[in-house]
Amino acid sequence: MRLEPIANPSAARRLGLPALALVATLGVAMALALVAGANPFAVLGQIATGALGSKLAVLETLNRATPLIFTGLAVAVAFRAKLWNIGAEAQLYAGAIVAVVLGTGALGSPLVLPVSALAAMLAGAVLLLGPVLLKTRLGVDEVVTTLLLNFIMLLFVSYLLEGPMKDPLGMGWPKSPALIPEARLPRIVEGLRLHWGFALAILAAVIVWVIQTRTTLGFEIRAVGQNPEAARFAGMPVNAVLVKTALLSGGLAALAGWSEVAGLKGHLSSDLSPGFGYTGIIVAMLALLHPLGVVVTAIFVAGIFVGSGAMSRAAGVPTYIADMLMATALLFMVLAILLTRVRVVRG
Amino acid sequence: MSEIVDILISASFWAAVIRIASPLILATMGELICERAGVLNLGIEGIMVIGAFTGWMAVYQGMPLWGGVAVAMAAGMLFGLLHSTLTVPFGLSQHVVGLGVTLFATASASFAYRLMLPEVTSPPKIEPFQPLDIPVLSDLPWLGEALFSQTALTWAAFAVAGLVAFTLYRTPLGLAVRAVGENPAAVEAQGLSVTGLRIGAVMVGSGLMAVGGAFLTLSAFSSFFFEMVNGRGWICVALVVFGAWKPGKAVLGAILFAAFDALQIRLQQTELGAVLPYQLFLALPFILSILALILMSRRAEVPAALMVPYNKGER
Repeated sequence: MRLEPIANPSAARRLGLPALALVATLGVAMALALVAGANPFAVLGQIATGALGSKLAVLETLNRATPLIFTGLAVAVAFRAKLWNIGAEAQLYAGAIVAVVLGTGALGSPLVLPVSALAAMLAGAVLLLGPVLLKTRLGVDEVVTTLLLNFIMLLFVSYLLEGPMKDPLGMGWPKSPALIPEARLPRIVEGLRLHWGFALAILAAVIVWVIQTRTTLGFEIRAVGQNPEAARFAGMPVNAVLVKTALLSGGLAALAGWSEVAGLKGHLSSDLSPGFGYTGIIVAMLALLHPLGVVVTAIFVAGIFVGSGAMSRAAGVPTYIADMLMATALLFMVLAILLTRVRVVRG
Repeated sequence: MSEIVDILISASFWAAVIRIASPLILATMGELICERAGVLNLGIEGIMVIGAFTGWMAVYQGMPLWGGVAVAMAAGMLFGLLHSTLTVPFGLSQHVVGLGVTLFATASASFAYRLMLPEVTSPPKIEPFQPLDIPVLSDLPWLGEALFSQTALTWAAFAVAGLVAFTLYRTPLGLAVRAVGENPAAVEAQGLSVTGLRIGAVMVGSGLMAVGGAFLTLSAFSSFFFEMVNGRGWICVALVVFGAWKPGKAVLGAILFAAFDALQIRLQQTELGAVLPYQLFLALPFILSILALILMSRRAEVPAALMVPYNKGER
């Protein structure tokens, strides 16, 4: 077989194939439910109800989507420049650490929230800067270095929580002291369990979209991602663009951890993120790397996770079905995106 | 210092080094085969999890230990087929597909584990591979304990490394695999199938990664738990670079690595361990991997066509 580019793919092809990828994922979900001995339609229904069936469920889904919007944006920004940042998990924790360091009394109102948000972004950006400089200066593959940094960061968090950052009132649990009230993100509507982190995440998506479509940097990021040699030939400072992309990406990922601590949890523990950094890759790919699309896919992915939790308690299908579906959706989607641009011919 | 010397001259330390190196050697050989054929396989971490799970589950269900190894290998090859189908004929991003395969394989293992053992709180144990008693050699003072009291799977790991080196450098098949990672168009011109060679290499490589994972359940720990691979796959990706894509150097790298790992475990018990946080010791393998990548970055021995998809008729 051979791949042949399609000059002008039709709208049906550009939208139909990604939609087909989602339908195929649904098919896999039903097959997995059957394997687990449950009624496939009931399982799908329970996932949907669990994610969106009540006010409480919707709020839970939106809360879960908040860190995924940030990590999804971080990945989307980086992948657009073909900068493979797989370290969003570590950058998330960097942001979370800053939220605790500055939010437990070091700063008071009204400075603490804006300062700690900016400092968190800086910490995440610096954390990604290392691997990117290694890439641009020495040609070290950033996938492996960012992956390895995730493990180092988790151990560092574990050290902090058992040592210098341990809550003396934590009854021996490895968690940080609680943030002061001034350092907490308030709820958007009093009485509803949804914090301002969600609104900030949407704002971040809009800002990233503006950067990508309305600024020189956005143009340069796209050019570098499409063809670095051509971009360099055209006189673009490719390495500088990669560094700027990294600062933006690392900063966004750090906000995920910052908003989880400041908005939802109020303290840091080593189970703050059940892999939000890795799930961000799926969120970004499903959104075809479009920043506004990330908001939609993050809510969708969060809904699958929240709904699967509820479904699992009722139908007895393991919650890991959500992880399987997300990975399946990712693989189907990358194939579907390719097939919008090329057709398979014999020979 | 004298404590470190005491550790380094103890036979049990070297026995541990070889034991820790075994799964790394198997998985590193697997990754090396893939990369020599031009395909970066980031499915490695998940494929090791699948190998650890399927091998252990097969034995738990009553298969013999070698049957478990075979099941793990077959499962690994299946995921290798998935990876290579997407990355070779379709030429999709090896980064994205590799991570997708890792996520899919890891989730599959967790899902199947919960499905097959819904009630258990601590995973059941199996009877693992036992150290082989080799006449004369195992009874040698020091050397007997240090080198000759390993399980059959460890011997298999070293045998596989030898076989991979022999095949790559001394057989027409090995020449074809290396060529397809350097200049696929030339291989096609010889009438060989680039697609076939690459898919085959990724499948065999993934099979070896899975056996590396199975080593953890069938020889090292005797039961399966979710976090057991714990980044070993990524370390193996770094070891391939450290070994400059050569099997012999990669094995030496794995042993060096295992030595540091065995050392850090023992140093935790010394005065040093009382002063420094244990997390620093645990982070050492990951820090070393990054240092190894930096150290080797100037070497230009990367297979020329690594991560470059090949599409017939495109020049």
